[in-house]
Amino acid sequence: MGTVNEKPAVNQPIMRIEALTKSFGPVKALREVTMDIVPGQVHTLLGENGAGKSTLIKIMGGVFPPSSGRMEMAEQPYAPRTPTEAVAAGVSIIFQELSLSPNLSVAANIFAAREPNRFGFLQHRRLHDEAAALMERLGFRIDVHQPVRQLSLAQRQLVEIAKGLSRPAKIVVMDEPTSSLSDIEANQLFRIIAQLKAENVAVIYISHRMDELMRVSDEITVMRDGAYVSTDRRDDTTIGALITKMVGRPLEDVYPPRTVSAPLPDIPPSLEVRGLTAPGFFNDVTFAVRPGEVLGFFGLIGAGRSDVMKALFGRQPVSAGDIMVDDNRVAPRHPLDAIRLGIGFVTENRKEEGLVLAHSVERNMGAVRHVALAPAMGFAQSSAEHATAQTEVARLAIKTAGLEAAAGSLSGGNQQKIVLGKWLAVSPRVLILDEPTRGIDVGAKFEIYRIIRQLAAAGTAILMVSSELSEILGLSDQVVVMHNKKIVANLPREGLTQEIVMRHAAGLAVSDTQEEAA
Amino acid sequence: MNATAINRRSMAPVLAHYARQYGGIVMALLLLCAVFSVLSSRFLDVNNFINIAQQVAVIAVAAFGMTFVIMLGEIDLSMGSMIAVAGMAAAQCFVHGYGILPATLAALAAGLVMGGVNGLMVARLGLPSFIVTLATMGAFRGLVSLPTGGLPAPIDNDTWLNLGSDSVLGVPILVWIMLVLFLVTYVLQVHTVFGRRAFLTGGNAEAAVYSGIRVDRIRIAVFMLSGALAAVSGMMLSSRLSSAQTNAGTGYELDAIAATVLGGTSLSGGAGSMLGTLLGTLVIGVINNGMNMLSVPYFYQLIVKGIVILLAVWLDIRSKKAQR
Repeated sequence: MGTVNEKPAVNQPIMRIEALTKSFGPVKALREVTMDIVPGQVHTLLGENGAGKSTLIKIMGGVFPPSSGRMEMAEQPYAPRTPTEAVAAGVSIIFQELSLSPNLSVAANIFAAREPNRFGFLQHRRLHDEAAALMERLGFRIDVHQPVRQLSLAQRQLVEIAKGLSRPAKIVVMDEPTSSLSDIEANQLFRIIAQLKAENVAVIYISHRMDELMRVSDEITVMRDGAYVSTDRRDDTTIGALITKMVGRPLEDVYPPRTVSAPLPDIPPSLEVRGLTAPGFFNDVTFAVRPGEVLGFFGLIGAGRSDVMKALFGRQPVSAGDIMVDDNRVAPRHPLDAIRLGIGFVTENRKEEGLVLAHSVERNMGAVRHVALAPAMGFAQSSAEHATAQTEVARLAIKTAGLEAAAGSLSGGNQQKIVLGKWLAVSPRVLILDEPTRGIDVGAKFEIYRIIRQLAAAGTAILMVSSELSEILGLSDQVVVMHNKKIVANLPREGLTQEIVMRHAAGLAVSDTQEEAA
Repeated sequence: MNATAINRRSMAPVLAHYARQYGGIVMALLLLCAVFSVLSSRFLDVNNFINIAQQVAVIAVAAFGMTFVIMLGEIDLSMGSMIAVAGMAAAQCFVHGYGILPATLAALAAGLVMGGVNGLMVARLGLPSFIVTLATMGAFRGLVSLPTGGLPAPIDNDTWLNLGSDSVLGVPILVWIMLVLFLVTYVLQVHTVFGRRAFLTGGNAEAAVYSGIRVDRIRIAVFMLSGALAAVSGMMLSSRLSSAQTNAGTGYELDAIAATVLGGTSLSGGAGSMLGTLLGTLVIGVINNGMNMLSVPYFYQLIVKGIVILLAVWLDIRSKKAQR
């Protein structure tokens, strides 16, 4: 638990952040963010995925340095070069991605790299006693001798929290600490936060759960597109006002307008899903998409959207439900089955699932049409592959040093276009796009939107998963909202606002939101 | 980037590519030959070169299979044992009075089955190939001794034995076999759909699956190919030795891996070249032969070989990094 010996005067910031900026290549993840962190207060950071919250806390935690700007702690310059330096300065970060070693015990994980020892020999008894005492103090009922791999996801999160609180800290940062916790465990965490406040520790809190952050926060800072938007006292704002700030941005100039009218409702769907269930991944999923239609899938990370798409593509076994392609019941068991049915899938992670980064643009582009779909015993279709790559590079305006250039040498936006091109080469009738514009610059985003529009106009049925609300509203004809592994709403685009979609995604019914806020 | 610029494929960049890719290893090969010819008067001799070529042929054929496996991001440690099993399978056919065709088929079948076992365990059970082939390396080595109780099986088929010693057009038959298999595996790797699928699988298996490639089948097929090439290598060795020995091919997997890596094939998969492997095998062969010539004790040979391999790979990695 954090302790502070000399208490600074209340309301004197413990940390000042000034014009902090971080660029990753051409992408600005954080732009000129300025804010003060006050001891004894819970300061919540709120924003969509990609708003820059994680980048900010990683800079605070010494994971990487800022591109420009500075930080001050207790009026001294603060520029940690490593996480260890950040911890030594009193900044303790509880990351969202779990960083525990599965085969080590809970105690060994908590005291990793600073195990109690005498002359270099580990003091097992002391290690476990101190860890047990910490757990006791925090009220977590976890056996510290257990290896972490035997723990549930929620228990692991608690261990991560215990680890973060095991070192003296002036600032504790919690990145979505409750995302895998049940209500009981979350309440335990809120008690700990109250205790930290009483000890005059500053808490920086990140969460997407609106009701929860209205409960724990003193101040709420909204971020959007890497930039600071506003800071409000909790009592001076409402959930509705926060959501508006979080998502509000003009849409008209980014999204190309439809050139063809939306498909008529009486056209039979290209793809229909009824009651699709994969226990633990998603339940009772039902929707349909028609030729020329863009069906947007919105939900917070972990809502189950990608797993539904994987099921359509034969990469996620299902226990119940039907998938119908053109009114025929199908059961894809491998992506090749789905591809033969005319389904294409631009996956969420282009580096892991989309591309072979070391291979050439041409090779990547031909992977489906000229390799997977080519006769197994045949010769490589090199010249056809070359022609395909040429066509797609021109159609998608891909900027590359040549077709022989390694895919990994291209910018993120152009890499994403290679993945798109790989699928356009087989003219799919249903194209699944999972986070099609994640981590790419605005120019490339616009071009991808333009391509999506063109495909829809040409009659392709499009399923677009996105965590960016504006993108969902800017392109979709119909919006499916998932929350907690289920579809909670299937809404026509007409009259839809970001607030409505966000409330469904947060699991709040439209009507009772204001009561919750009050 | 416009179409004409993309289409321009002149010879100069191709040559530059070859120089970059193989310049280092060719230099190393020439350097080794120079050193050995200074140290031993018998090294620069036509008969010695024929001898080197015959030794190299046996390892090269195994190394072609290893290149496919490593290109997939896997490893096949059971290769030396498969070489011995295939040789013994052929010898047992001769012992029981069968001719060359049944012996060849039996050896090939043994190789395909053993490779298939490796492949199935890697692809279907998801076990790491290092563990699978470490286990089968021992198991297959045990299989060799079953027919003879550990004794060598002599081979008396004259045609078979002539394959190991005769030459056609001044080139040993074993070298002809190696050259034919070099061409076959080169074409398979670079110019067939199967080769493309193997490259994709080795480069990024997850991306390959999402592109619609059944990577399990590719993995099994590649391990079977490795077994079949090990079988050919085993037959070639048995004809050179005039018998099937229970310890035949011991350590050949390490020579094959070394040759592949020397040839520039990355152990992380997704890239590889048969020409590089052939050159790598020549380096190994020249080192073996040169040191035998100088009567360097066997254990020193092992030490020198180890150092040369580490040096070559380190230099290769350094030069590739510098190009980036």
